[in-house]
Amino acid sequence: MNFTYYPGCTLKAKGKDLDIYARKCAEVLGVTMDEIKDWQCCGGCYTTSQDEIATKLASVRALVEAKNNNTELLTLCSACHNVIKRVNNDMATNDYFNFRVNNYLKLDQPYNGEATVIHYLEMLRDKVGFDKIKEKVVNPLTGKKIGAYYGCLLLRPSSVMAFDNPENPTILEDFIKAIGATPVIYQMRNECCGAYCTLEDKAIPKKRSDKIIENALSKGAECLITACPLCLYNLKVNGGDKIPVYYFTELLAEALGVK
Amino acid sequence: MQNLKLREKIEEMSGVSVLKCMRCGKCSATCPNYDEMEFHPHQFVYFVEKGEIDKLANSKSIYTCLSCMACVERCPRQVEPAKIIEAVKLLQIRKQGNNHLKPEQVSVSLDPELPAQALTSAFRKYSK
Repeated sequence: MNFTYYPGCTLKAKGKDLDIYARKCAEVLGVTMDEIKDWQCCGGCYTTSQDEIATKLASVRALVEAKNNNTELLTLCSACHNVIKRVNNDMATNDYFNFRVNNYLKLDQPYNGEATVIHYLEMLRDKVGFDKIKEKVVNPLTGKKIGAYYGCLLLRPSSVMAFDNPENPTILEDFIKAIGATPVIYQMRNECCGAYCTLEDKAIPKKRSDKIIENALSKGAECLITACPLCLYNLKVNGGDKIPVYYFTELLAEALGVK
Repeated sequence: MQNLKLREKIEEMSGVSVLKCMRCGKCSATCPNYDEMEFHPHQFVYFVEKGEIDKLANSKSIYTCLSCMACVERCPRQVEPAKIIEAVKLLQIRKQGNNHLKPEQVSVSLDPELPAQALTSAFRKYSK
């Protein structure tokens, strides 16, 4: 299975672990991740205004690359996934945006949202299959109680992201079961961690993280997993190290015996 | 001051109609940053409808929206307040010299653990 892979800025720096373990696991699972050679930063945050064009061009360039490679565009960072998938939806459904972008980029072939954006977790669920992963697990994380932290970016807006049920998602819990551990359900798993506000006012993510962690601990979680480097930072650093937080790929690598 | 022209501009940018709001308050009830806002999501919808946009534009509340899309997801009428807050904020920061976040503000006390994503998204949100 081949995918055009978009890592994004954070996975080359502070979020290296998310990327490194994903690549190791992909090898075991027979998945090839072809990194786009000259990818550009997605901007980290999708701007909802319909007249924002320039801030979305980097995403279109990545999408065009996937279209030309005739493969799906694989993402791993929640933020990149959110931005690129929403831009792709704009290219497919918003004529004004599509016209402005194509008019500027002057591609050999106009791009109209033909590529498919797929998150690594969706790839595990829909392409590899959690049953198949279960078979490949050599070091099951038996007895480990793990709380899935979804955050916002993978799920919302569900009309575009179509990732899972936005209020009662199951993909990360199914993933946790596949690696032999026990998922812990808690209410705050899809509520915001405080995101980029950490730059201006740490009190905001601190308050958010406290609520999320308190909720997860009260339901018996021993650790949390996430797909977002900023969620990980907020829960870990702003959350005051009250609970271990891992990238889901790290635990997958451990279960597959490639950590 | 009532400014209906600006209301039209905001509706055009956000792609949503404030007139669809039925005032249920679900957006503010679900907002994770409610406590940090002077004007809450439902008030953004209300005051844009009234054309009373200056007070929103001059409030710090435009920078405390987390873009978590909870209000967008849970609005039963697809008014999608976060898109309206974003439009009001863009009209402010698009003005010359009106960036909310400047590079020199962050470089000094940067936490070495902070992921690049925090910087890129904050600059995308706060600056043009």
